[in-house]
Amino acid sequence: MKQNSDTVKVFSRRAFVIGGLQASILAVLGGRLAYLQVSQGQRYKMMADKNRISIKMLAPSRGEIVDRFGVPLAVNNQNFRALIIPEQAKDVEKSLRELQGIIDLSDKQIEKTVKESKKRPKFAAIEIKDDLSWEDVARIEVNLPDLPGISTDVGERRTYPFGTATAHIVGYVGAVNDKEIDSDPVLSLPGFKIGKTGIEKSFDKELRGTAGASEAEVNVIGREVRELKRKESGQGKRVTLTIDGELQRYAQDRLSEQRSASAVVMDAHSGAVYALASYPAFNPNEFSSGLSVETWEELLADAAHPLTNKAIAGQYPPASTFKMITLMAGLKSGHINPKTSVYCPGHYTFGNNKFHCWKKSGHGWVNGITALAYSCDTYFYKLSTEIGIDNIAAMAREFGLGDRLGFELPQESAGLVADKAWKIANRGQKWQLGETIISSIGQGSMQATPLQLAVMTARMVNGGYAVKPWVSGYVGDEALRKESWPKMEISEEHLKLVKVGMDTVVNSKKGTAYGSRIEEPEMAMGGKTGTAQVKRITQGERTAGIKNEDLIWRHRHHALFVGYAPIDNPRYVASVVVEHGIGGSRTAAPIARDLLLEVQKRDPAKTTIYAGKTKGNPA
Amino acid sequence: MISSANTIHSEISFFQKIQSLNWGLMILVIATACVGFACLYSAAGGSMSPWASKQMTRFIVGFIGMIIIALIDIRWWYKLSWFFFAGGMVLLVIVEVMGQVGMGAQRWINLGFIQLQPSEIMKIAVVMALARYFHASTIEDMRRIKFLIVPVLVIAAPVSLVLLQPDLGTSLMIVMAGTSMFFMAGASIWIFIAGAVAVCASIPIAWQFLHDYQKARVMTFLDPESDPLGAGYHITQSKIALGSGGIDGKGFLQGTQSNLNFLPEKQTDFIFTLWAEEWGLWGGLGLLFLFWMIFVYGIWIAMRARQNYTRFLVLGLTVNFSLYVFINIAMVMGLIPVVGAPLPLISYGGTSMLAALASFGLIMSASVHRDSKVTRL
Repeated sequence: MKQNSDTVKVFSRRAFVIGGLQASILAVLGGRLAYLQVSQGQRYKMMADKNRISIKMLAPSRGEIVDRFGVPLAVNNQNFRALIIPEQAKDVEKSLRELQGIIDLSDKQIEKTVKESKKRPKFAAIEIKDDLSWEDVARIEVNLPDLPGISTDVGERRTYPFGTATAHIVGYVGAVNDKEIDSDPVLSLPGFKIGKTGIEKSFDKELRGTAGASEAEVNVIGREVRELKRKESGQGKRVTLTIDGELQRYAQDRLSEQRSASAVVMDAHSGAVYALASYPAFNPNEFSSGLSVETWEELLADAAHPLTNKAIAGQYPPASTFKMITLMAGLKSGHINPKTSVYCPGHYTFGNNKFHCWKKSGHGWVNGITALAYSCDTYFYKLSTEIGIDNIAAMAREFGLGDRLGFELPQESAGLVADKAWKIANRGQKWQLGETIISSIGQGSMQATPLQLAVMTARMVNGGYAVKPWVSGYVGDEALRKESWPKMEISEEHLKLVKVGMDTVVNSKKGTAYGSRIEEPEMAMGGKTGTAQVKRITQGERTAGIKNEDLIWRHRHHALFVGYAPIDNPRYVASVVVEHGIGGSRTAAPIARDLLLEVQKRDPAKTTIYAGKTKGNPA
Repeated sequence: MISSANTIHSEISFFQKIQSLNWGLMILVIATACVGFACLYSAAGGSMSPWASKQMTRFIVGFIGMIIIALIDIRWWYKLSWFFFAGGMVLLVIVEVMGQVGMGAQRWINLGFIQLQPSEIMKIAVVMALARYFHASTIEDMRRIKFLIVPVLVIAAPVSLVLLQPDLGTSLMIVMAGTSMFFMAGASIWIFIAGAVAVCASIPIAWQFLHDYQKARVMTFLDPESDPLGAGYHITQSKIALGSGGIDGKGFLQGTQSNLNFLPEKQTDFIFTLWAEEWGLWGGLGLLFLFWMIFVYGIWIAMRARQNYTRFLVLGLTVNFSLYVFINIAMVMGLIPVVGAPLPLISYGGTSMLAALASFGLIMSASVHRDSKVTRL
């Protein structure tokens, strides 16, 4: 105990010493502060007020996005702004009222600027209005003596010449939010914009460029007097897409007759995407000039999802477009051969259940080719019970369904190829044979995106190469795609049979898409219709004979079509999905025909992707 | 040794704990943090984002954490002292290894919600470990060289790892805080004199081992005007901003030097400059006074403590906190070289804020559980 009290005594003494030291150090710091601020204060005030060096970051110019011919899809236009520096204005409101007499300026804008000027340092410039015309700028400049504190400057604004037509591919830019801030200092520049969706987002780092710096002498209010040193900013790289801008515009227009639809046009051999349309779309130019709350809420509330790129994010039952997969799985398994025939009485009975063919009266005797041509369900119902779901699922995956394809745009969906393992893992239940039967015609749990359907078709008609879709040709001068696609392990004969089937669908009088055939023989197309049930057809509806078009919009069937052209030497494939479009042959096939006709006329595959300098803005 | 009265006293209810929290200290901490919020609001040109609102959230979270730490019995902290030290060492090794893999200086571990800086944790852990070691010591022990080998290692091990990062400023702070622990535990004055002589003698040798940027900082300190646009830029601009504030300051949000971006890192290391530019000499002295009250409060709690562990812990943490304050403010006023140390409770940044609040939590725990008897080894 005594020893401890010794320790306490020493501790107390030394704690006092420490306290004394702390106090003296604080006294020194306080003294230094007084020295700097009082004795040296005048000197430092003068140094602060004299011209000094300011180092300013220079924003890089964002890289352009152009289509395969070099036509601009996203460019930077000059943006003239009117600014006010409150300290120079003396009376901010008075200056603004003067300005109102010269250019179009609302009372609300004045109010907002005055409010802002009270919150901010007096020497910092505040934006009054942007997007001024040349005339407005000229008028302000002439009247500057009467407008104390007001000045103009020029910035850049992202502009999309194709507007809504390329909105889903190119995307848009917006202000940086906290989550997006990374180590790049340029993001902290006021008003800096980064890509929010589409190519603008996927290639943001490349498009963004690098910041420059300017060392300048400035006066007391921060105005530049003289620039001393300058390191130019590094312009962002240009991104060249595989898209054909005009074809894209045509596709987007063609879909606009529908309430909600999407379409893909791509190269069967290379996988290059020529058009990727999703209707409705938004206007990206409104986004870069600041969207009104009303417009934003309208976009969010729209049941047709204008903010979603349905061509890559929309997932639909592939319906009858899936029948080629089931047929090939059957051929591969050896359970059927091209000549195997099945009698269709209009339905297929399995156990206690009756599975209906779409044609109540039945198709009679059908084989593989005619089953595709008439889209007979019974043939595939029976086939699926013989080969089982796992064979069908394996074939579907071989053709690119059920997983993301590694496409460059954000939002890509994976779709779903359901099989026994999937059901156990995700639903914890055993697979039912009835599910195999409905899966054979692409219903049930099967889901595919329009992009996947286009890829599936491409792999069927290109000689069996496992192409994947891509949309970015060059970043700067660097070509992004060089690889050739691996050959799939699939019998040439089976592929040929499927192609004959798809030819028959369109070009034989009894085929489901005969009405949409292309009459020019050298441009003729093949394809397959699909009609995806959204809501189960009740027995009551079936007997009452209620037609699908009598239902409300969101209960109607989805309409699908996948096609290729020309017949003999397929180059282009297209997939079209019209949401609640009632029937594939009725709404989807005519659109696909127009797209395949247009793409053959324009023939973008003939020219290589543009890698040179950007062409002038056509607008 | 242990009287029965003491053991009965040692069990206090939750309500009693809340009552005996150090409200005065808490008010001082809140007042200091509010100075920080005002500075961050001004640094952003009169805006809550990007700094002030985030800092407030961190402060509230940290403040709640501080109270929780204060309510946990000091005996737990006593038992966990070595554990924290070991944990801190492991984290230091991890950043070292990550740094090797990721190239360049590596001081952080990214936990997603916070960038954890193990060297900050280590500053507290070293104090805890030394307090525990010295807890059972007598004045005679302190005079035995053999007895002092372990505590020297407790300082040397983390310091060598932090030096490898390389982070000279933090290493020096650990050494200084550790040395103060030796001092308060009663080590002979001659040891400190000998140490001081040894340090002075080794400066020319140590110079060889400094990195170029560290040499540049020292040279800049000795002659800041020699390179006003390069290495001396920070300190010259900081002095201009401070000095031009004068006696009365330029007024809230009106600090031209800071807001025109002459002052780099105004929201982190140079935040004192921004404060003194806008609020002048009175503001600057007021803030120094606030810090002084916090130091005095800490020493008062240490003096009232009834056991060696809490005495050493509280005084050690107080010294540690004051070192931050001294180094940062001396740096921005050009009294010492630029070392990159934040001003605790005020600078923008998560780890330094949380470390400071955790320290106050431990100090308050020692005060709340004044009567809890720490068991001897």
